[in-house]
Amino acid sequence: MKPLILTPKGVAPDAPCRCSSGPPDAGDGCGVLDAAPACAKQAPLSREIPGYQILSCVTGWIETAQSAGRAIPRVATRLGPLDRLGALGVRLGIGRGSYRVAPGLYAVGEPDSESCVLVTANYKLTFDSLRSELAGLDAWILVLDTKGVNVWCAAGKKTFCADELARRVDAVELKKLTPKRELILPQLAAPGVSALEVTRKTGFRVVFGPVLAKDIGRFLENGKKADASMRSVPFGLLDRLLVTPVELVAAWKTSAYAAAACLALGGIGPDVFSFSRMASQGGHALLAYAAGFCAGNFLTPALLPVLPSRSFTLKGAICGAAAALAWIMYYSASQAWSDLGAQALIIVASSSWFALNFTGSSTFTSPSGVEKEMRRAIPALAAALAAALAFWLLPRFLGY
Amino acid sequence: MRGLLYLPGVATLRLDRDLCSGCGACLTVCPHAVFEMESGKALDSARDACMECGACALNCPAGAISVSPGVGCARAIIHGWLTGGEPSCDCGGPSDCC
Ligand code: SF4
Ligand code: SF4
Repeated sequence: MKPLILTPKGVAPDAPCRCSSGPPDAGDGCGVLDAAPACAKQAPLSREIPGYQILSCVTGWIETAQSAGRAIPRVATRLGPLDRLGALGVRLGIGRGSYRVAPGLYAVGEPDSESCVLVTANYKLTFDSLRSELAGLDAWILVLDTKGVNVWCAAGKKTFCADELARRVDAVELKKLTPKRELILPQLAAPGVSALEVTRKTGFRVVFGPVLAKDIGRFLENGKKADASMRSVPFGLLDRLLVTPVELVAAWKTSAYAAAACLALGGIGPDVFSFSRMASQGGHALLAYAAGFCAGNFLTPALLPVLPSRSFTLKGAICGAAAALAWIMYYSASQAWSDLGAQALIIVASSSWFALNFTGSSTFTSPSGVEKEMRRAIPALAAALAAALAFWLLPRFLGY
Repeated sequence: MRGLLYLPGVATLRLDRDLCSGCGACLTVCPHAVFEMESGKALDSARDACMECGACALNCPAGAISVSPGVGCARAIIHGWLTGGEPSCDCGGPSDCC
């Protein structure tokens, strides 16, 4: 029997095998691993490591004279179906916490020692939106470990910071790779990164790029200058509506408590607990809460710029009042005035509360402002809820 | 173009123009165009647009800017109140920044 000889690369030279193909053609690169039906004589080294899976967006590997035998993954600039599915998932709050890529160095196109180095976070949505804007460019992407959080939030939490950047620059031996000594950081990393400190720690110069990945091509063409439109953070209608699902996921616990409270309070009365009353009274209260929920989470964000007042709670209260008015007109014939009053208050208060929570998704609210607003709004909301309870429950016990 | 504005007169941003060297870093990093350059020094002409992100203070080489940075998010602030610690957020924010 012919002994099986393993070469140092771990490939039996004449055993028939299904191996990964050599440098695969550029393209979106999904399914690279089942590309070649049979091996050529000298099989290329497989990059697979037991227990690890190669990212579906990796289309090949780059080894340059400077990379000293290391292979750097080249990633596609087109998003594949898996990327889109994942993006949809995290928009809906599924798998948000673990949607990340491994920190380290990646490449797009055919970068060399002159190519620019773009630094980004390891939230996969962020990584994907960056690489999808780099079609036709040759660049390095340095991914920092930001615990799977996007650039802006990571900078705020100081996980996207000069220390991490310096560590990563060392770890990937960037100095050997690019004599140019320049890093391009997203502008929104600036709250976490002191450019001076990076230069002191690494010897690399920091250039702050545009706010949005979509401007990166224009920025590079412009001689690495961002104009005013690339420097400010937009918060258009689409932006506002795209962040709402996140708010909804965050609100499910509050909503569960509110629902339980509505049903429980709906049922009590002088004759102990009544399930039929729970269904009608509690049901209507729950519906009122849902109306306020929609007014605060959908209507307010959509109308944000046109609503009077700068305070989010007031904006929410205005939308809530509009919803409450519609509610009263619809139910005026069938419900007692005290119930209508309670329901209207519930609508306004919950709408206002959810609008206040939308400050977390907005891009222009300051902590001082939010705190000021909350100090005023929370007592008012509590008073509104107390009044709603009084309207709702007292008539039952006083026998109206 | 000036986008949406939040409550006026609350930002903790302070600029000491005497210290400013006119390097322009604050104009570069500010996401809300709070600063402009006026006679060789920075001017915080749009203070009410400041969201207290802290980028300018961190990147000013002259130490001319101070701001108490944080996240403008109600849930984070409530979290801070309840736990007695720093406000912290785990929520969205624009994910398509590069
Ligand atoms: S704290 Fe942020 S928003 Fe405020 S002026 Fe400085 S960079 Fe601009
Ligand atoms: S970063 Fe500091 S020194 Fe530079 S222009 Fe702004 S305030 Fe002046």
